[in-house]
Amino acid sequence: MRRWYVLLVLPFLGLLYPPLYATEDPQLFGFPFFYWYQFLWVPLTAGLTYFVYRKTRPPEQPARRPTQPTGRFSRT
Amino acid sequence: MNGFEVDGVAIAVFCALFLLVTVLGFVAARWKRGDLDLIDEWGLGGRRFGTVITWFLLGGDLFTAYTFIAVPALVWGVGSGGFFALPYTILVFPLVFLVMPRLWSVASKHGYVTASDYVKGRYGSRGLASAVTFTGLLATMPYIALQLVGIQVVLGGLGIEGEWPLIIAFAILAAYTYTSGLRAPAMIALVKDTLIYATVVVAIIYIPSKVGGWDNIFSSAAQELPQRDEPGALVPGNPDAHVAYATLALGSAMALFLYPHALTAVLSSRSQDVVRRNMSLLPAWTFLLGLMALLGYMAIAAGVNVTEPNNAVPALFVDMFPSWFLGVAFAAIAIGALVPAAVMSIAAANLFTRNVWEEFVRKDISDREESQVAKIVSLLVKVGALAFVIFLPTQFAIDLQLLGGVWMLQTLPAVMIALYTRWFHHRGLLAGWLVGMVSGTWIAASQDFAPVWEIPVLGVTGYTALVALAVNLVVAAVITVLLGGRGRAARRDETRPEEYDELVETREPAPTVGAGVT
Repeated sequence: MRRWYVLLVLPFLGLLYPPLYATEDPQLFGFPFFYWYQFLWVPLTAGLTYFVYRKTRPPEQPARRPTQPTGRFSRT
Repeated sequence: MNGFEVDGVAIAVFCALFLLVTVLGFVAARWKRGDLDLIDEWGLGGRRFGTVITWFLLGGDLFTAYTFIAVPALVWGVGSGGFFALPYTILVFPLVFLVMPRLWSVASKHGYVTASDYVKGRYGSRGLASAVTFTGLLATMPYIALQLVGIQVVLGGLGIEGEWPLIIAFAILAAYTYTSGLRAPAMIALVKDTLIYATVVVAIIYIPSKVGGWDNIFSSAAQELPQRDEPGALVPGNPDAHVAYATLALGSAMALFLYPHALTAVLSSRSQDVVRRNMSLLPAWTFLLGLMALLGYMAIAAGVNVTEPNNAVPALFVDMFPSWFLGVAFAAIAIGALVPAAVMSIAAANLFTRNVWEEFVRKDISDREESQVAKIVSLLVKVGALAFVIFLPTQFAIDLQLLGGVWMLQTLPAVMIALYTRWFHHRGLLAGWLVGMVSGTWIAASQDFAPVWEIPVLGVTGYTALVALAVNLVVAAVITVLLGGRGRAARRDETRPEEYDELVETREPAPTVGAGVT
């Protein structure tokens, strides 16, 4: 299940090497490549994160146990 | 100041919206009712916020008014270099998706309210926990001050001069934060976020149509930027600019969730699942920020003429919008300052109360006294921020906020790496932190507070915060190896490995306090 986390590396690869996208062409709707390429990563990253979230979610609903803090609040 | 004219209609709309959120701020005390005399309720909203509220709260909290002024101002001034805010806020969410759920779980298990609580529990070291506390308080103060700068800029745009309107706005904010705690910004965030979204959507549809479309916006920027005193560019051109861009994005992303106000909003959510799910929903804010950044270029295309970059967006709005919508847009930004200012002051208050006051002054504090101290501290923090803005030059707050990122990142080994391993010796972490803080501050100061530094030996220009973090980690690792296991046995780790992954949920209504654990 945890192997899905590897997908989250993609946005880092796509964005942390600016020579990959620091150009003006090809343009899209008047936007230089540098801008629309980075904007494109916003929905892509959100989608990837959501996908990983679904895949790594435990098969059953999370246990609905109330937490029992053992910290300071417990001694009223 | 900048000679904006007084606009009666805009001021009326602005004041009406401000009044609305003031009422909401006080009403919030009754929402999801809990005992506000407990710090868990006042300072974390009872850890009961679900996906939607957490989305609004985190969005309103992280994407601050100052961001919405400063990012387009930077893009207006230097061009593409200022656009690193986009990759920064893209990368922050997958990063947090991996790390924060672990912190949420262990914090809810042990009732931790702050990062310092966790560090103390994990390492049993008061010194290290205090270092984290000190860093958080130091970085948060100028950040609150900058929210005030955001309000000031907007008031200036409405033609309102002088300090008294700012003082009134902040007094109101202080009053409802005091009574309602974290519930106030959570509720106000709903209004703020709606207004900001409306403003940006209107701005990016309406303004380009008035300045000749996107083609013209980018081509005027391409013409104008190289002629600045410090030439900018539409696309970062040389390897130095590339490294600076990438390291700023990465370093800022790593630092963001170490800030106390980010942690407070995360810990106030109901479950680990809420935190994780939100990380795929929050990029909606990233998109908005990217569009906001482009307002800087629109200001260039519209020929806005300002001396102070921070006035670029207000001036653009004044030129473009009819009075009534100007009131809405400015209210969006000003209210946008209130949410983070409130969360930041609550976070600072939680930190001070739990990790300074209780740690060193009153060890046997009662729960009621604890929340009382936190409420008072939240007031003092705001007065301090106000004094900061009124008596010191704005540039000072901006420089300090930049340093804030450098400082916060130095707590990464003690807080985030600790979520995965306890390999580092607490003394090593403390020494690394100290060296990172001093070297980072020294480098930034010697660069006249430019965020990047040309690293000797490597010959590249990178974000100062990451350089300091590298030094920090090396020192921490070396000392850890040198000390071996010495002095460790006495320091107990009160967390257990399985507590980091547990999928517990704080139930509605709040868990009964004092359920007889101890």
